[in-house]
Amino acid sequence: MSTATVFDPAGYDLPETQKRGLRWTVYIGYIALTAGIFHGLANALSYANINILPYFPGLRGYYQGLTAHGVANVLIFTFAFTNGFLPLMTSRAVSRPLVTGLVYAAFGLLLAGNLLVIYAVVTNRASVLYTSYAPLQAHWTYYLGLVLVVVSTWVALLNMLITNRRWRNDHPEGRTPLLAFISIVSYVMWFLASLPIATSFLGFLLPWSLGIAKETDPLLVRTLFWFTGHAVVYAWLLPAYVSWYALLPHQVGGRIVSDTLTRAVFLLFLLLSIPTGFHHQYTDPGIPEGMKVVHAVLTFGVFYPSLATAFSVVAALEIGGRRRGGRGLFGWIRKLPWSDPSVVAQLLAMATFVLGGVTGLINASYTMNQVIHNTTWVPGHFHMTVGSAVTLTYIGVAYWMVPYLTGRGLCGRRLALASSWIYAIGVLIMARGLISAGLEGLPRRLFRVEATYTNPEWNLGGVLTGIGGSMMFLGILAFFLVIWVTIFTGPRGKQPADIPVSHTLTAPALTGWTTKLDRVGIWVVLTLVLIVIAYLPFFVMYLPPRFISPGFRLY
Amino acid sequence: MKVATTEKAFLLVGGIALVGCMLALTWGTLAMGIHLPGRVAEVDPQTVRATPPFDRPGVRQVGPNRYEAVVIGQAWAFIPSEIRVPVGAEVTFIGTTADVIHGFHIETTRVNMMLIPGQVSRTTYRFERPGEYALICHEYCGLGHHTMFGKVIAE
Repeated sequence: MSTATVFDPAGYDLPETQKRGLRWTVYIGYIALTAGIFHGLANALSYANINILPYFPGLRGYYQGLTAHGVANVLIFTFAFTNGFLPLMTSRAVSRPLVTGLVYAAFGLLLAGNLLVIYAVVTNRASVLYTSYAPLQAHWTYYLGLVLVVVSTWVALLNMLITNRRWRNDHPEGRTPLLAFISIVSYVMWFLASLPIATSFLGFLLPWSLGIAKETDPLLVRTLFWFTGHAVVYAWLLPAYVSWYALLPHQVGGRIVSDTLTRAVFLLFLLLSIPTGFHHQYTDPGIPEGMKVVHAVLTFGVFYPSLATAFSVVAALEIGGRRRGGRGLFGWIRKLPWSDPSVVAQLLAMATFVLGGVTGLINASYTMNQVIHNTTWVPGHFHMTVGSAVTLTYIGVAYWMVPYLTGRGLCGRRLALASSWIYAIGVLIMARGLISAGLEGLPRRLFRVEATYTNPEWNLGGVLTGIGGSMMFLGILAFFLVIWVTIFTGPRGKQPADIPVSHTLTAPALTGWTTKLDRVGIWVVLTLVLIVIAYLPFFVMYLPPRFISPGFRLY
Repeated sequence: MKVATTEKAFLLVGGIALVGCMLALTWGTLAMGIHLPGRVAEVDPQTVRATPPFDRPGVRQVGPNRYEAVVIGQAWAFIPSEIRVPVGAEVTFIGTTADVIHGFHIETTRVNMMLIPGQVSRTTYRFERPGEYALICHEYCGLGHHTMFGKVIAE
């Protein structure tokens, strides 16, 4: 019988051809991150009433740049990273190679999707922002490109499932290694969550952009977008949690606190991430108030596993800090390895995420949402979630994963450390600005420099946004420099020999009810039941679609 | 084990706090009467300008100290662009769009709703202080989005 708990303890190294496919995949992400922040800088400065857009060659407008910022930074960067990271985790956890063909299929789809989207956005054929709200209409290459990106994530999941299945065939009795389990659950959740947007793009927007369908249904495609659109934030966050739960404890010399709780947390995310989408549509007409209430309650529910995470992860860090000689209530914090760029990026990610989580609860708060909906409060919130918790964690992981995948040691450790500090302080300053100005009614997605209305109450928030955004820009440039120099000139053979995986305080039980946690199929069925409860009444009430809106290309 | 006990306490306190938040929201909805826009009516965006009540956009009195403000959003203006309402009166805003999705936010108030093609949006508000409030389109609606605003004057 296998005694594998978190991962197969025998050393294992992926075949070089698979490592190459995975590193090219994550490179796409890190390039997208860097490309996307140029407009991030322009956007932040625009809120401070400074216009640098004329210095961007080839850019035809603010909203074109904002589309590029959103698509590159929250869609391409994130999924390119997870497409590399999660299969790597699964493969290492079970000490088995992935399917090489599928590694390259996922990479090829991601690349092809990217090229189509880049074409559409760069030629100003898709300045619809990443939310793609109809009836603003983009060129068909934009919709098809994003669909290919989504399909690439499905292929990556398939690869993980096949790899896990092959391990399972050899180990019919043992528990699924924790690291493989949480990686797979993360992407299973995303697979279910991605079906509505795939339906929207393939069934409605693509035929409409090609002229096959003359008209479309704006409320329906918007609802399908948010059906996916809240769960997608957990698709970005859960891979960060994989690192916080399973890897970071090892990096600080600690232990995973509880195997069972870790699995339960990921299953709660599987259950609760998806049936929450209406909280993005609180102010929408056409959706009955009662259904919004149901989603509000479920959104508060999905906060709960994050609360459990806050405890478990901090407890794991504390174990590490005390083992390193930390004393007293907070003395262990000082003893954490603050000179390790990978650890520091992730600790700062967690610190900013506290504020991200709290502001998220306010967004979810049914009635309060009306004060902040579509104001800069919202980007203030999500730059402290996806824009810091997720981004800084993916950066922290890069600081060991790029060396591991390339076989080259990390260059510029001090610059790497500085990049995270500059970014984290920048994001806090910017979020402070966006949040306060948002409370005064400053709209998000606004080209403030050329707006025909203003309000002096927005000035302080705008200036802070400009300062913080500029620091974030510098932080990412420093990160990019470190990664770039490492890839090309890092000392060969100085890479980590293995990925950093932690052990647990207690091994998982091999009998009893907790073994049922591993039966992901059962949990998928329960998830579908919850989704039906949360969404079916709306679709029963609303369908058939109202084909009422022709496409508008107002950009 | 110590970790497990602390953890249970943490999760219990956190759970109680979340339930407390939800009770506060319930209080806001049921006792204070703060509602969200819901399902009102549908309208064809292509013929909206000839469809009541949107054939006559503007403010009208519908009862003692009760008013209705009918507004159409279109790229890139609100019709009418200026809305005058009495201070202290109950004003019901009824809006829709003739083209793409627009936003409808009266700054510093909770009048905040989306205008979505095919749907009628409605919300009610009482201005307690006189003044000029910007009515802002807060959803991206094309190149001129940042020029789309109106005024609400409470007097």
